[in-house]
Amino acid sequence: MRGLLRGRLGTAAGFALGTVLLLGVAPAVLPVFSLGLLGKFLCFAIVAVGIGLAWGRGGMLTLGQGVFFGLGAYVMAMHMKLADASLFGGSGVPDFMSLYGSGEVPGWWEPFRSPAVTLLAVVLIPGLVALVLGLAIFKRRVKGAYFAILSQALAAAFAVFLIGQQATTGGSNGLSGFRSFFGFDLKDPNNKVMLYLIAAVVLLLSIALARQLMHSRFGELLVAVRDQEERVRFLGYDPATIKTVTYVVAAVLAGIAGALFVPLVGIISPADVGVIPSIAFLIGVAIGGRATLLGPVLGAVGVAAAQSALSSTFPSFWVYFQGLLFVLVIGFMPGGLASLPALLGRRRRLRTAASTPAVPATRVRTPLAAPPEPEQNATMPEEARR
Amino acid sequence: MTMPTLLPDGEPRAGGLRHGRPKYLEVRDLSVSFDGFLAVDNVNLDVIQGDLRFLIGPNGAGKTTVIDAITGLVPATGSVNHTGTEILGRKVHQVARLGVGRTFQTASVFENLSVLQNLDIAAGAGRGPLRLLRRRKTVDAAVEEALEIIGLEGAAGKKAGILAHGQKQWLEIGMLLVQNSDVLLLDEPIAGMSQDERAETGELLRRIAASRITLVIEHDMDFVREFATSVTVLAAGKVLSEGSVAQVQADKKVQDVYLGSSEVEATDA
Amino acid sequence: MELLIGQMFAGLSLGSVLLLAALGLSLTFGQMGVINMAHGEFMMAGAYTAFVVQQVISDAGVSLLVSVPAGFLVGGVLGLVLEAVLLRRMYHRPLDTLLVTFGVALILQQAARDIFGAPSVDVRAPGWLQGNIEVLGAPIPLTRLFILALSLLCLAGLVLLLRATPLGRRIRAVVLNRDLAETSGVSTRRSDQLTFFIGSGLAGVAGVAVTLIGSTSPYLGTNYIVDAFLVVVAGGIGQIKGAVIAAFALGVLQSVFEYSTTASVGKVLILIVIVVFLQLRPQGIFSLKTRSLA
Repeated sequence: MRGLLRGRLGTAAGFALGTVLLLGVAPAVLPVFSLGLLGKFLCFAIVAVGIGLAWGRGGMLTLGQGVFFGLGAYVMAMHMKLADASLFGGSGVPDFMSLYGSGEVPGWWEPFRSPAVTLLAVVLIPGLVALVLGLAIFKRRVKGAYFAILSQALAAAFAVFLIGQQATTGGSNGLSGFRSFFGFDLKDPNNKVMLYLIAAVVLLLSIALARQLMHSRFGELLVAVRDQEERVRFLGYDPATIKTVTYVVAAVLAGIAGALFVPLVGIISPADVGVIPSIAFLIGVAIGGRATLLGPVLGAVGVAAAQSALSSTFPSFWVYFQGLLFVLVIGFMPGGLASLPALLGRRRRLRTAASTPAVPATRVRTPLAAPPEPEQNATMPEEARR
Repeated sequence: MTMPTLLPDGEPRAGGLRHGRPKYLEVRDLSVSFDGFLAVDNVNLDVIQGDLRFLIGPNGAGKTTVIDAITGLVPATGSVNHTGTEILGRKVHQVARLGVGRTFQTASVFENLSVLQNLDIAAGAGRGPLRLLRRRKTVDAAVEEALEIIGLEGAAGKKAGILAHGQKQWLEIGMLLVQNSDVLLLDEPIAGMSQDERAETGELLRRIAASRITLVIEHDMDFVREFATSVTVLAAGKVLSEGSVAQVQADKKVQDVYLGSSEVEATDA
Repeated sequence: MELLIGQMFAGLSLGSVLLLAALGLSLTFGQMGVINMAHGEFMMAGAYTAFVVQQVISDAGVSLLVSVPAGFLVGGVLGLVLEAVLLRRMYHRPLDTLLVTFGVALILQQAARDIFGAPSVDVRAPGWLQGNIEVLGAPIPLTRLFILALSLLCLAGLVLLLRATPLGRRIRAVVLNRDLAETSGVSTRRSDQLTFFIGSGLAGVAGVAVTLIGSTSPYLGTNYIVDAFLVVVAGGIGQIKGAVIAAFALGVLQSVFEYSTTASVGKVLILIVIVVFLQLRPQGIFSLKTRSLA
């Protein structure tokens, strides 16, 4: 009971602290430019929350989150382009279309003139794509490794598709040069602060959502599915449903993050959504501790900050460093930094044994008739502590 | 819900319940073929509620495959009727929802979840999405009772992964109980248990079986003799003999498949 | 008609490159459960090997003939090192091997950028491979014919190795049942290393082959790896027959789609075809049939 109480209080205190830091301290001390940068990192953190759920808790290696991020981002970018064209150009036709295309707005752009449709689409389009794909893959029990490869292929195809449609998606240049966001002037520093605040609030909300999911019965079931999918079936559950729901939640979070990314950063292009950015989303999650709640958030922000500090001054070094991170963290510390305290303080670990589990199973040979599938996830020696 | 009880009083008996309309599992012409090899060959089997049926036979006889086929894990032909409902040809989770539960030779529990969580998941297949999305605040009465029955009240918060081997198997049985199945299919539930644990498990099986349709795969003949109310012998995918332990043991065909030994003596798993 | 035949042939030669790349992936995936994202960079290493060899041996014909075994060796040695240093401790974590080898791929790509520069380089094709041959009225470039022949040769060699040698038997035994093979005295260490060497070597050969039809850049691997993986998925893991069918089918489909739509729509269509195909056969064209002894 004491543990529970402390857990509750701890959570409340943690949220309060996070809120104060993100909504109070950061805007007060950081200049607007840095605040925008931080906002961008927070977008990655929102994606990371979803990946932590799907990959850390659900064992689904989502290599295609860039697609959902991109869908949300492009929907928002299309709306902003159209709005700008009406506000500033008068013609209602985005500038690049006259440059590369016929100068006419294609029919499938039109719905996104409406702010309401846009906001809905940011959530619904990534969600629906994930739903269809998830059902197609999980219902047919396509193996975990196949899922990873297919989601990666999806990212590759998506990027190639965008590049190919220069006249309607801006091609490899992407969409940029936005001037307004739902009527707010993007040059105004106050509006930039507002964008940051929106991103911070969304992040806090998505953490709260992930926490609820992880600690609910659904979260327990998700871990059960991750560790022994076949066994769960014999208890009367369809694991495909549980996995699909989780995948959709992760996709929606990525889509929302993408939609926030566009006004904050001012550009979205295929380079932000392809295979490499999709996998890059994972490294922060892995470093922070894939199965924990806050690990992915802190990891994603940390990696993004390091990247923005290092990659422009030492581009070559940064790539080596990023590669090494993958090798060292995944290869030798699959629990991420979150597993360090547990590694160091083994004794205290027992106390948390009753709380929700954080560790994917070691490879367990079940006597089920199907040969052991190779997708069972990492062997993590220690529990990741919160 | 009225006070649920997982273990009503009573004893299982050969032929099952004699009163009311007992539930039943009726297996007809069940065949399973692996690339032309008939692992299960036209098996017929009837188990009535209240009977504690043991399924025995030499290694490779197809015992586990029969259970796999009933539970939808391997494709099979024929028919399996659970009290009026055909269950063959359905997906694994649908069969489970029709009240057919099973355990596995090697205890397969969710090692990263606590004992309580394991039981709670087993008890919860019927929960709606809203209940699933909420935190578990109370413990179901059935789960509480199961904890007591399997003697793991003290370990409710422990991770299932750190339980002793025998305890894991008990946990599996507990999961089967709270799953609220009418048909229980147990695959070598006492493998690797100590003598005391075996005796306790046997007693538990008898209490469980009094009100359910129970089919247990077992190698240990002493155990079978002590607790079975009826026995089916499987060899090379076919039903060789059926009846009480004594009847089966007296059957010449059964003695032959067990390498001509005068007594039915199977190797221990 | 000629155009169609030409497209078909372009598809076949794309398929043969995919096959060379996918054979190695499929072997290592099937045997060790390793999903090697650096496989594409082994291809790239093979391609740069051809480039370097041509700097030393200026005769394009001789350098090509030297490059093929040299590319095999370079790819193979890279694979051996990767296996020995990282992957051998990760056989039970296939999804994690994917990420670790992605890190390796990043490093190798950057190394190529630092050594050879980001712009692409070209390898000259020998004189006897320049020009076309007419097939049913359609001009077929000799280089593409050469690549097709090369990949069929490698395929034949691999099949012979797996079917007819003790080493091949050991490899097949490990693919079927690793634990059993181990307890039966098969040295899985040795056969793991050899499988990795051969599989990665084939990637190196594939790299040499693609220098004949395009230029070589640090991004060469990225362009092929996803398609090669799709071949493995569609063909069935560890299935050579499946990989052959899937590689050529994918190559031809891609050419046909590109011909009838655009390159970018073609990619999307291919992916949809594969997802639909997996609805029918979730394990790929062929799958290992084993009954685990329950």
